[in-house]
Amino acid sequence: MAVSSVSSIDIASPANRARLLWALWILAAIIGGLGFIERLFYGEQAADFSSYIPWGLWVAAYIYFSGLSAGAFLIAAAAYVFRIRVLEPIFRPALLLAAVTLLMGLLLIGVDLGHLERAYLVIFRPQFHSMMAWMVWLYTAYLILVVAMLWLSFRSDQPGRESEAVSNDQARLRLLAIIGVPLAIAFAGGVGALFATLAAREFWNSSLFPIFFLVGALTSGTGLVTAVVGWLWPSRDAGWKDLMTLLGRLLLVFIVIDLILEWAEFSTPSWYQIGSFYELTHYVLFGPYWYVFWLVHLLLGVIVPIVLLVKTRNPVVTGVAGALVAITFFAVRLNLVIPGLITPELRGLERAYSDPIGNRLTFAYFPSWFEWQVLLGAIAFGVALWYVAIRLLPQVFPSPARSSEVGQ
Amino acid sequence: MDRRSFLKISGLIGGTLGAADLLTIGDALANPAADRNASLPVLDRVKAEPGEDVLIRMQRELVRAMNKPLEKRRWGMVIDTRKCVGCHSCNVGCIMENKLPPGVVYRPVIDTEVGSYPNVGRRFLPRPCMQCDNPPCVPVCPVKATWKRLDGVVVIDYNVCIGCRYCITACPYQARTFDFGENWDNNAAHGNDGGLALQTCRKYEQEPSFEYGAIWHRGEGVIPKSPVGNARKCTFCVHRLEHRQLPMCVTTCLGRATLFGDLNDPTTLVSQQTVQNNAVSLKPELGTEPKTRYLL
Repeated sequence: MAVSSVSSIDIASPANRARLLWALWILAAIIGGLGFIERLFYGEQAADFSSYIPWGLWVAAYIYFSGLSAGAFLIAAAAYVFRIRVLEPIFRPALLLAAVTLLMGLLLIGVDLGHLERAYLVIFRPQFHSMMAWMVWLYTAYLILVVAMLWLSFRSDQPGRESEAVSNDQARLRLLAIIGVPLAIAFAGGVGALFATLAAREFWNSSLFPIFFLVGALTSGTGLVTAVVGWLWPSRDAGWKDLMTLLGRLLLVFIVIDLILEWAEFSTPSWYQIGSFYELTHYVLFGPYWYVFWLVHLLLGVIVPIVLLVKTRNPVVTGVAGALVAITFFAVRLNLVIPGLITPELRGLERAYSDPIGNRLTFAYFPSWFEWQVLLGAIAFGVALWYVAIRLLPQVFPSPARSSEVGQ
Repeated sequence: MDRRSFLKISGLIGGTLGAADLLTIGDALANPAADRNASLPVLDRVKAEPGEDVLIRMQRELVRAMNKPLEKRRWGMVIDTRKCVGCHSCNVGCIMENKLPPGVVYRPVIDTEVGSYPNVGRRFLPRPCMQCDNPPCVPVCPVKATWKRLDGVVVIDYNVCIGCRYCITACPYQARTFDFGENWDNNAAHGNDGGLALQTCRKYEQEPSFEYGAIWHRGEGVIPKSPVGNARKCTFCVHRLEHRQLPMCVTTCLGRATLFGDLNDPTTLVSQQTVQNNAVSLKPELGTEPKTRYLL
């Protein structure tokens, strides 16, 4: 429990803090559960997305969580495939994080569908042209792979398992990790391609988009793994410090690459301040939600983490930087989805015909309470999943004895 | 038999036939019975003459086209913006015909004001589905719930659509909208006539839509009754065409500004109008090849 003495302000004892976290979780679960019940019986009527802005908070949250998942997975798989010994202890927690965040994303994209009960048709009536169909197949394959890898990984660790069987398991695990790397890259990039392939949407229709999504996945996923390793690692020894230093360096590299790509993505099509892309960039930077870009993303998600990571190698500070990157990356995802939809494709359409009942024919969007509620529910679901998993499978984190061998 | 008991009995019959209906819908979408009403005596005694109302001419052309097999027809629409007075009756007719709920619209009329006093003008642009020859909304659908029929009309199978709304984002004309399951009676009852408004809205809500030649009773719920939870779009009223009726918006247009007919037949009004010097399509640079054109 060394982490509590370092990171908490010592006002609350660990027991009090646990109680507070429980209370927060129960609150989130109740609020979120009510949201899910409303979704089940009344559909999406209380949501603010509409016929003209058909995708909103949930779709942004889906690409956010699926990005976290792909990023966490790629780190875990890379450690295994390239035998990066220092990173090997994070294999299991990162894999578990990948599974949990993917399920959170799938839950949200599931409730976003108008007819969830027909989702199986994506398998039975496949449309090979559709990027959406590819995304579904890829994440299905990816989910199966992650679960198989988790199972193999835990099986190989069972006490009393023969060493031959263990090495067999590890060979299979390695093979799955090798398959998983291109799969996760295709999945993370494919989510970007889902948007980028739409010629009708200028804001999305860019070749950089899939790559931007992939690097975003790596950045946010590394941030999440860094935060979790910083917070929950059982032993605070030299091995852990080395691990945090390496994760911190990795995170710093990804933040900088992501920033360069972001610059290219925004500045190139709008440099001479002409065209509709310029208007959309202007909307993102100086529109009504300017603070999402400047304060949440650029300040808290880029500048502060860069300063923290450059100034110090303190593992706890590194963990905080990781958490900042992982959490604020949601702002990046929101700023990718929503601005692509906020301008009418035909000028004047916004005033042509209105919907006085549900306001479904406007180009203004702000997530309703109901949408936040469901998002909160998905987060509570993910936290519960994670908690149950680490309770049932205590060997998610290496035992202190094992982790201290690392880095020697 | 009074009306109420008739409705009850037909409801009963409809209920038992419901399952069979569902099976035939897919069939109706794929190949509507081309010669079901081949001998319908529409306009048999009205002879063509110079200067006749374009509606009469289009009606005659429609009957002629419907007597051809489906794959020989190619429906197109020409909207003469000079004749459009911005009365919105095409949109109103469309809403009534398809029993559209709030938030769903197939043919809004875009009304823009240009210039500054004293040189001001208003421009009207009715925007049905463009029925693109190269529709961007079709290949994006993950479950093949939408396609271009042999006669060129882009349709949606309400029984397959999963409601992902990808097609809505893919359409460069925003001609697709989503049915959120809303009804006109939510929030409608205000003021002195609130009761009457509520009653009227509820009656409207129970009216089925006959899109695609099927009977659709909408409904929200754990499993919503389609087309609730689906993308929806203009179909050129394919269900009316089957009965030798012009699309609703064509018949309600005050200024005869909306023309409709078979583009495969070189003698039709639309075939002659689409080659005019002032005929344009929206966003031609996207290569969508709209079959809805505008005369400027």
